[in-house]
Amino acid sequence: MARLVDRRLNPKGKSLGNRQRFMRRARAQIKEAVNKAIQNRGITDEPVGEQITIPSKGIREPRFHHAADKGKRERLLPGNKDFLPGDLIPKPQGGGGGGQGKQASNSGEGEDDFSFTLTADEFLNVFFEDLELPDLVKTSLKEVTAFKPHRAGYSTSGTTTNINVVRTMTHSFGRRLALRRPKQAEIEALETQMKVLRDSEQPLSLSTQQQLVELEAQLEALERRRRLVAFIDPIDIRYNRFEHIPQPKTKAVMFCLMDVSGSMGAREKDLAKRFFLLLHLFLKQRYKKIDVVFIRHTHQAQEVDEETFFYSRESGGTVVSTALVEMQRVIAERYPASEWNIYAAQASDGDNIGDDTARCTALLQEELLPLCQYYAYVEILDARELELFQNTKNGKALWRGYRSVADTCANFAMKRIAQPGDIYPVFRELFAKPGKAA
Amino acid sequence: MGDAARSTAAASRPGLLFEGSEWNFETLERTYDAIADIALHDLGLDVYPNQIEIISSDQMLEAYCSIGMPLMYQHWSFGKRFVSEEQAYRKGYQGLAYEIVINSNPCISYHMEENSMTMQALVMAHAAFGHNHFFKNNHLFQQWTDAEGILDYLNFAKGYIAKCEERHGIDAVEEILDAAHALMDQGIFRHPRHPRPNLRAQMEQERERQEHAERNFNDLWRTLPRQEDKTGETDDGPDVCARKKKLRLPEENLLYFLEKNSPNLETWEREILRIVRNVAQYFYPQRQTKVMNEGCATFVHYYIMNKLFDEGRITEGALLETLHSHSNVVFQPGFDDPRFSGINPYALGFAMMQDIKRICVEPDEEDREWFPAIAGNGDWRGTLRHAWANYRDESFIQQFLSPRLMRKFRLFQLTDDTEESHYEVARIHNEGGYEKLRKALMLSFDAGSVDPTIEVIDVDLRGDRQLVLQHKVRDGVPLDENQRNQVLAQVRRLWGYGVRLEGVDAKSGASQYESVAKAVSTAA
Repeated sequence: MARLVDRRLNPKGKSLGNRQRFMRRARAQIKEAVNKAIQNRGITDEPVGEQITIPSKGIREPRFHHAADKGKRERLLPGNKDFLPGDLIPKPQGGGGGGQGKQASNSGEGEDDFSFTLTADEFLNVFFEDLELPDLVKTSLKEVTAFKPHRAGYSTSGTTTNINVVRTMTHSFGRRLALRRPKQAEIEALETQMKVLRDSEQPLSLSTQQQLVELEAQLEALERRRRLVAFIDPIDIRYNRFEHIPQPKTKAVMFCLMDVSGSMGAREKDLAKRFFLLLHLFLKQRYKKIDVVFIRHTHQAQEVDEETFFYSRESGGTVVSTALVEMQRVIAERYPASEWNIYAAQASDGDNIGDDTARCTALLQEELLPLCQYYAYVEILDARELELFQNTKNGKALWRGYRSVADTCANFAMKRIAQPGDIYPVFRELFAKPGKAA
Repeated sequence: MGDAARSTAAASRPGLLFEGSEWNFETLERTYDAIADIALHDLGLDVYPNQIEIISSDQMLEAYCSIGMPLMYQHWSFGKRFVSEEQAYRKGYQGLAYEIVINSNPCISYHMEENSMTMQALVMAHAAFGHNHFFKNNHLFQQWTDAEGILDYLNFAKGYIAKCEERHGIDAVEEILDAAHALMDQGIFRHPRHPRPNLRAQMEQERERQEHAERNFNDLWRTLPRQEDKTGETDDGPDVCARKKKLRLPEENLLYFLEKNSPNLETWEREILRIVRNVAQYFYPQRQTKVMNEGCATFVHYYIMNKLFDEGRITEGALLETLHSHSNVVFQPGFDDPRFSGINPYALGFAMMQDIKRICVEPDEEDREWFPAIAGNGDWRGTLRHAWANYRDESFIQQFLSPRLMRKFRLFQLTDDTEESHYEVARIHNEGGYEKLRKALMLSFDAGSVDPTIEVIDVDLRGDRQLVLQHKVRDGVPLDENQRNQVLAQVRRLWGYGVRLEGVDAKSGASQYESVAKAVSTAA
């Protein structure tokens, strides 16, 4: 009478379609919530899911409902203690009511906010959308490990590009021997024999004819056997086998340099933060251990922690070389280049004191860049300023100085940015060559 | 390991169906047969063939949120429910329903793999027999739902909507679905004027029906009186009456009306409206029989599990587990308990079924006075089966709620008038109050009183083609204004022209309010 069906192995995630539709609907609000979350997160935080609370504007489901606040209702309630007919009970002030339960928040009435949790994946997706990363990069950032194929013996299955001819032929030869496949030479010998007999004195004597018949039968048998036993059989084929070895991960250190003088406001710092975050995410995929060093500078440089780096305001002039000197010091002290892969990211608004730029350029070209795997510089501008400075050759003092470095060094990249979508191109070189990181 | 070994090997007492909490398919089948035996031969139930599906809690969550149906078309509102339920479940705020059962033939019930064997047995008794019998035998379900065809129909609906999305784009389909969902409560027939739906036939005759409908619709709009004939037209004039008759007004099923008569919908949009209202119709009886349905299933599981214990087929431990779960389910907090959230249909339903059983077998004086037809008739099984088949919640309460139960629940009636600053206790569970208290409780379950009554009453075919809806306002309770305006905008989307909603007092006919969604002027 009953059928028992085990559905536990059915593909899960049937609601994935519905969940995705819901996300699409609430996209604008989700983006906003993600932006806010980024501001609160640290650079080195694990990408985890995020609790989102969104106002239910676009996701309400209106119905024709009775209003709760007008009219006359008869309520039937259980659990009477000592009320008698005719009793008057004062209404509680504001809210409450006759003990009826609260409206569920997802019915769309009353409660304003709807809250749910994004998965880590979805969070990253929304974050990447803003940055306009090419898809390939997105997947590589989410990937866990990089692999490299190494030869590892032979296999009986594979693709045609990997056929090992020598071994295949060896096996084929062994099989032919074992199955006694007639050699071409045997057949030819027989044929010559037959030819000789046929060409001998005409007409053919009886014994000759008999011999011929025998030889024909032998020939036929040989040829049949040759057809049955193939020269190369699929069973013979051998392929080269490759094994995927995870790339050895070593250590990386990331230097974050930022100008924290008064001219860097909240917007600039937010852009800088995304810039640092992206580099960090990239490094995470390649390295097991990443250290992050925060160096802020005005006319003096200090190594600080992340909190101070982003949130405290300083006042003072701007001398960029101090940051570079500080970076040098830290490298010398704690991060020998032989053991550590050094990456650096610098953000500033482009101003620098008079003749300091020359010093920076020298420091970079001679001391720092030889040690670094990659050095990325962003100049954060206003949208308007960006238009004015279209020409990448011109610009503020620091920009022009760094330009000359970029021209000579391959591991240096620089860009002007005014919004998150502008950030990625700085890293294009870096992302384009995954092998470089190893 | 020990538990599993014990439950499959010969049990420690002969006749025990299972011991311990591990379950396997063999035990499930053995237990199912024992339960079926009691259900069919002792209780005399009549059920559809059962299909029992074992699923994981993740899958239960998914089933839960697409309104419990194994196949359902996709919509973002289900996604919204899913994310919210998932969050609540993972935080431990709520447990998942331990059973979901579908009104279909075969009757599909879902069991969570994480449940113990005792719970599996309980759920089998509750869903695969209790609910199953109710779905098959209750007159409302027989009249309004098509158990044979529903699964195929939903499969068709899902495929159709997916095709529409491919052809017309996700946004266009989402727009129509949003509008249709907003009107889902007003998309049902409540009065048996229309024949019982045959979903299979509907699927097969789809195209033929569409062509026919389009022809009808063209007729309607073609025979509009010309502009020059405007003179002398009154609201009760013969033309108006003829028009109302042709449109079969007043019409309570807004989706049906829009589907058949809206001048601006494409064929595929009409089909989507039809799908949504068929689904709404399918679920309508469930709202009207919540107390009876749950009461029936709870009663059945309670009886069967106890009988199994009496016959020595389950252990004391299993019975205790059953009783523990059962008492949680039928718990009714008092009105001033922080856990109170209304009258628990499981509690009320189960109490009434037990009560009926008692009245049939051991009535007291009060019972004989109140229930002369059934008191002492000795046949509680027959009486219950009769009730399950022929009543709905409101008539069931009206007929069978006893004073004893009203006293047990300590029911009382509170008048809540928003104009007043006090609540007034209208009546309680005492000698003079029983009749009226019962009537009031009955009304609170009557879908006709609880849902707003909104009908199409006219279409101004000659003028601006405005659609006129009427809301009968009872006891001064209006519609929630914000949502009302949003829904009217949706109606306008489906109708294509302006829509007017009038609120009139149900008793006096006096006008209470008016709300208009003006026609959106289309740019040339």
